[in-house]
Amino acid sequence: MSAASYNFAYLDEQSKRMIRRAILKAIAIPGYQVPFASREMPMPYGWGTGGIQVTAAILGPDDVLKVIDQGSDDTTNAVSIRAFFAKVADVKTTTATADATVIQTRHRVPETPLSDRQILVYQVPIPEPLRFLEPRETETRRLHALADYGLMHVKLYEDIAHHGHIATAYAYPVMVAGRYLMDPSPVPKFDNPKIGGCAALQLFGAGREKRIYAIPPYTRVVSLDFADYPFERYRQQGTCALCGADDTFLDEVVTDDKGGRMFICSDSDYCEKRRETASAKERPHD
Amino acid sequence: MYVAVKGGERAIANAHKLLAHERRGDESVPELTVPQIEGQLALAVARVMAEGSLYDRELAALAIKQAWGDLIEAIFLVRAYRTTLPRFGASEPLDTARMEIRRRISATFKDLPGGQILGPTFDYTHRLLEEPAAPLPPEQAPRETDREPTPRVTDILAGEALIEPSPEADPSDRPGDITRDPLTFPASRDVRLQNLSRADEGFLLALGYSTQRGYGRNHPFAGEIRLGEVEVEFFAEELGFAVPLGAITVTECQTVNQFKGSDTEPPQFTRGYGLAFGHSERKAMSMALVDRALRAGELGEEARAPAQDEEFVLSHSDNVQATGFVEHLKLPHYVDFQSELGLLRQIRASFEGGADASKDGAE
Repeated sequence: MSAASYNFAYLDEQSKRMIRRAILKAIAIPGYQVPFASREMPMPYGWGTGGIQVTAAILGPDDVLKVIDQGSDDTTNAVSIRAFFAKVADVKTTTATADATVIQTRHRVPETPLSDRQILVYQVPIPEPLRFLEPRETETRRLHALADYGLMHVKLYEDIAHHGHIATAYAYPVMVAGRYLMDPSPVPKFDNPKIGGCAALQLFGAGREKRIYAIPPYTRVVSLDFADYPFERYRQQGTCALCGADDTFLDEVVTDDKGGRMFICSDSDYCEKRRETASAKERPHD
Repeated sequence: MYVAVKGGERAIANAHKLLAHERRGDESVPELTVPQIEGQLALAVARVMAEGSLYDRELAALAIKQAWGDLIEAIFLVRAYRTTLPRFGASEPLDTARMEIRRRISATFKDLPGGQILGPTFDYTHRLLEEPAAPLPPEQAPRETDREPTPRVTDILAGEALIEPSPEADPSDRPGDITRDPLTFPASRDVRLQNLSRADEGFLLALGYSTQRGYGRNHPFAGEIRLGEVEVEFFAEELGFAVPLGAITVTECQTVNQFKGSDTEPPQFTRGYGLAFGHSERKAMSMALVDRALRAGELGEEARAPAQDEEFVLSHSDNVQATGFVEHLKLPHYVDFQSELGLLRQIRASFEGGADASKDGAE
């Protein structure tokens, strides 16, 4: 067996060019799912192979990479992906949102507002927002072509009829630039308002389903709703037990088996920065 | 010229000799031993035990060796042996809450009593091929001992009644057994779970996957996956109490699934359950997804997808049955085929005759 050698950022240059072409097309047609020849990656499907391919295709030697999963840099899969790129691309990595040029994420948009010098890469499990209403791809592509999104509106209406409100807590569907219905990936709907008008370029990669889509900077993104049932952002009632934030998305931590609970910020970097700032403020008084 | 009239017996004997020869491989390379397979191909051993429905590492390893690495063939060997074993009775239900845990993860809570324990896993490895001979034996990884109690995640959620309770066991109700009684429909959940636990991993994987892609979606979360050793106890009539028989390794998966509620039930989480012998994580997870999908009827959900169709799933899940019937097509079918051939010739003759006749008529 000959020792295998790998190109910068793992993928060969031809594959990267193919992915970049798909990304450019995706940026040109905001919200449209561009099919691409997704490669086999050294991580399993469903673990971020789409996001990893997008990151591999856009990463340059000077980039600074941050990887989060569930908002946190220290979740196992984030650690693994960050270590992967540190190894195969030898890029600088960071956990500080503000210092990163490329942020790969699963299930969250960082709390810190992003700038126009940054790219946010989402890992996407199921790119098709209509999939659970219509399993066949041939049919959903036709519905997108005709901008026929009645199915989704009926689903939301039925939610209201049954529950009195829209029963979707994450992967809440959005309209991008007034044309394509898009799944923002399974981010909590708390994050939806951060997706619209965002200064950073947002790229979405779905490896198993072989789709890439994009939201260019400052694009209008509207969460679906009705005039009498407007979109509502949801966050848990509570404050972070570590930094005291009352405006962030919180993780529930079970402390015992007798119903004990506490809440902490899901965005670990944001939480840490707040605690650093707070202790820096306190110190002069000591 | 090959005329298959006689000589079947000699052909079979020669084929078996050839198989034994090829199975051995290059004779300048040492022969595999059963302990090597048992120790170093432990996940293959686990699969053979799970789908063979027999907890015996050594026999499973032997079967893998004899089956030339074909796991379904090995499962078949184990099943064929299992069926000859006498039965003393049924064990007490396993208590997985008392498991000696080696791996325990929850995807629903970041931290929880007992903690998250990654244990031995391929998760988070990079699938980069390594040079075959590692220069040094791998270091012994630290193993935690003296751990705090580890309640199941479903028990934690049950405290708030957010999840349906575990069904209460009725001691007088003996669990069904498809190895002793024929499978009938509708099947009870114990029978379904037994069927799934023996079912082909690939089949369950594909069905579970199909539910995730919209064919019978049931919004699963991996509430908990745990791997470790549990004690098996047997109630001895003559003693009047349960005695431990030993410990077995099992993998358990409990999914937490959405449930919208019905006219009689409030909305709450429901569960899917997976349990398999050995370190069989993919199997246990797939099983839990399919178990939940098969509960569609009971929960008043519309059942339209293959994974929700009990008869379809349970009738096709057994790989020993499936491989037998698919591969039986290799058996001689000369007689049936001859009949078909005759029939086809007859139909074609009358078709041609009829076509001629209609042509005549048109002209």
